[in-house]
Amino acid sequence: MSALMKIQRVTGRPIPLRGNDIDTDRIIPARYLKAVTFDGLGQAAFFDERFDAQGNSKGHIMDDPKFLAKGPRVAIVNKNFGCGSSREHAPQALLRWGIKALIGESFADIFFGNCVALGIPCVTASEADVAALMQAVEADPGHDLTVDLEALSASYRNTSYAVQLPPGVRNQLLQGTWDGTRVLLDAGERIGQTAARLPYVRGFGN
Amino acid sequence: MAKTLLDKVWDAHTVTELPSGQTQLFIGLHLVHEVTSPQAFQMLRELKLPVLYPDRTVATVDHIIPTHTQVRPFDDEQAETMMREIERNCRDFGIRLFDRSTGNQGIVHVIGPELGLTQPGLTIACGDSHTSTHGAFGNVAFGIGTSQVRDVLASQCLAIKKPKLRRIEVGGTLPPGVYAKDVILHIIRMLGVKGGVGYAYEYAGAVLDRMSMEERMTVCNMSIEAGARCGYVNPDQTTYDYLGGRPLAPQQGAFERAVAWWQSMASEPGAGYDDVARLDGSSLSPVVTWGINPGQAIGVDESIPRADSFPADEREVAEDAYGYMDLRPGTPIAGTRIDVAFIGSCTNGRLSDLREAARVAKLGKVKSHVKAIVVPGSQEVARQAEAEGLDEVFRASGFEWRLPGCSMCLAMNPDKLVGRQVCASSSNRNFKGRQGSPSGRTLLMSPAMVAAAAIEGAVSDVRRILEGTGR
Repeated sequence: MSALMKIQRVTGRPIPLRGNDIDTDRIIPARYLKAVTFDGLGQAAFFDERFDAQGNSKGHIMDDPKFLAKGPRVAIVNKNFGCGSSREHAPQALLRWGIKALIGESFADIFFGNCVALGIPCVTASEADVAALMQAVEADPGHDLTVDLEALSASYRNTSYAVQLPPGVRNQLLQGTWDGTRVLLDAGERIGQTAARLPYVRGFGN
Repeated sequence: MAKTLLDKVWDAHTVTELPSGQTQLFIGLHLVHEVTSPQAFQMLRELKLPVLYPDRTVATVDHIIPTHTQVRPFDDEQAETMMREIERNCRDFGIRLFDRSTGNQGIVHVIGPELGLTQPGLTIACGDSHTSTHGAFGNVAFGIGTSQVRDVLASQCLAIKKPKLRRIEVGGTLPPGVYAKDVILHIIRMLGVKGGVGYAYEYAGAVLDRMSMEERMTVCNMSIEAGARCGYVNPDQTTYDYLGGRPLAPQQGAFERAVAWWQSMASEPGAGYDDVARLDGSSLSPVVTWGINPGQAIGVDESIPRADSFPADEREVAEDAYGYMDLRPGTPIAGTRIDVAFIGSCTNGRLSDLREAARVAKLGKVKSHVKAIVVPGSQEVARQAEAEGLDEVFRASGFEWRLPGCSMCLAMNPDKLVGRQVCASSSNRNFKGRQGSPSGRTLLMSPAMVAAAAIEGAVSDVRRILEGTGR
C-alpha cells in the first residue's frame, strides 16, 4: 500500500519488442525466480534473448545503442504479450529495466492484472497502429513517446495514435487507486459477511 | 433465468462491486508455494497486516525442491534460503505447511485435490498459472501474481473482472491410446493459444462425463495454455465419489449436506454462454507439439504443418519455431529423435498417469541414448505407485524413479535439459528455454506417449506399441 500515486501520462524512450505470444518464461527465465526479493531482476529481463551462454550480447534491440536511454521507457509489443506463467517477476523485471508502460495489440490476462497491480498501464492499439508505431520508432529512434491515459493516445514525433484501456482500470490508474490491498480492505465487515453466507466456511454445519 | 456454475460461484463470493468495474471476490481457498509468496509476506510485514483467514490458506513446497534427494540443507543455497523463508512465513502467520515431514508434500495442484481441500463451488487462487487445474471439481480457480497473493493474504479477496464463458463440448468416445492430454492439446490447437483470453472455459460432453477426476484435472490444468485463466467441469457423482473420505473433505453428515450444495452449484440446462465450441473425441489421435507454444500441436500421424497453413498472425511464430526446434515443415513428427523423457508435473504426475505410462514402459527398455525420469506429483502418489509396484516397472525399463516435485517442467531445481537436448515431456509448456536450457527443446505429449518415445528413442505412436504390432 504505497502512497496514492496517480498515473495520468507516461513519457519515455520507446522500445519495440516484436513478436506474438511472447511468454513470461522468455521475459524472465525461471532460474531468476530463485530469490526472496524482486531486486536485481532488471538486468535479467529477456536474458536468454539478449545474451548467449557465455554472457555475450546477441545484439538484441534492448542492447542496441540506438535505443539506449536513461530514464523511463515504453515498450511496444504485438499480440498476447505475457502469456504463460503467472510470475509477477516478468512485469517486475520489465519495470526494473525501466519500462513504465506498454502499448500492444493484446495482453495475456494474468500479465495485464499483474501490471495494473504495479501501476504499469498496458494500453492496446489496433494492429495497423502498432505496426506504424514500431516502424516509426525503428526508423527514427532516440525520441520520447508519450502515453496519455486521459486523452487515450500515444504520440511520437508529431503523430498521435488512439489507444484503449478498460474504463475501470483507467480510472484506477488516473485516481491512484490501483493498489489492490488498500481498496479491498476498505470493504471491512462485508468480507466476513460474505464468508458467513458460504456453507463451506461453516464446515457444512446444520 | 438459468445460470451457469460461473454465475453462481461468482454471485456467492461477491463482496462488493468496485468502482473500477471489477468485482471484489471472496477467495475460499488460497494455496501458497515457495516461489511466488516470499515477497508477498514481506509486503505484509511492511504493512503490519496479519493473514486475514489463515485457516483458508494452505502451503506446500514444490517448484525448487530437488527430486534426487530431499535431505536438508539443500546443496543449492538459494533453494535452501527459499525453503527457510516459507517455513518462517508459515510459522509467523499461522499457515499450515505441507512439507515433507507431513507425508503430504507435493505439487500444489496435486495435493489440494488429494487432501480434499479442492471442492466444488469454491473460488480458489494461487500464485501459479496452473491453478486452473482445480476447476476439474467444478469451481472457479485461477492463477495470480505476487501482489495479488499479498491482497488475498491480507483481505482474502481479489479485485477481478468476471470473464466471459465458452462451453467446449467433447462428444463421442476416445479411441484406445488417446488420453485427456490429447483432448486438451487438441482444444488448444483448435482454438489457439490466444483464443481463451478474457474467457473461462466450461468443459462438457460425453468424453468429459466419462473421465475420472484425474483426467479432468489434466484438461483443466492446461486451460491457461489456451489463454483462459480458468476452466472447469461441472460436478457430478464422479466428483463426489472422489472427495468422499478424503482427509480434509467434509466428513459424514456434513458430507451429505456438502453434496447437496455442490449439486446446486452446477450449470443449469438452458443457461447462456458467450460461445460454444464442439469437437468429436472419437476422431482424435495422440497429439504431439512440434513448436514453441502448446498450440503448435499435431496428431502423431501428421507432418509438421507449413507456415501458410496458419492464420497470418501465427505464421511468424511458426517460422520462429521451425528454426528453434530445427524441424522442417512437411516432415512427419513421428521418428523425431529424443534425448530426454520426462513423466510428471501438475498436468500428468498423478497415479493414473503413472499407471498408463507403466503399461507402455513394461513393453520395452529405455533406449541407451535417452535419459528418462519419472517424478510422482506428491508423496501420496509415490506411496500408491510404489504399493502397486509401478516404481519397479519403471526402474526395470530403465527410468529413474524420483522424489515428488515440479522437476523438469520448469527447471527451477537441478532437473534441467542441457544444450539443445530434445525432451519428450508430459508437462504443459514447450516455450523456448522452459526446461532449463536456453536452447533446450520440448515436445509435449501424454505420459503413455512419453514412455513410448523413451523405449523407441524417438517420437512413436503409442497405439502401435500397445497393439504389439510392428515391434
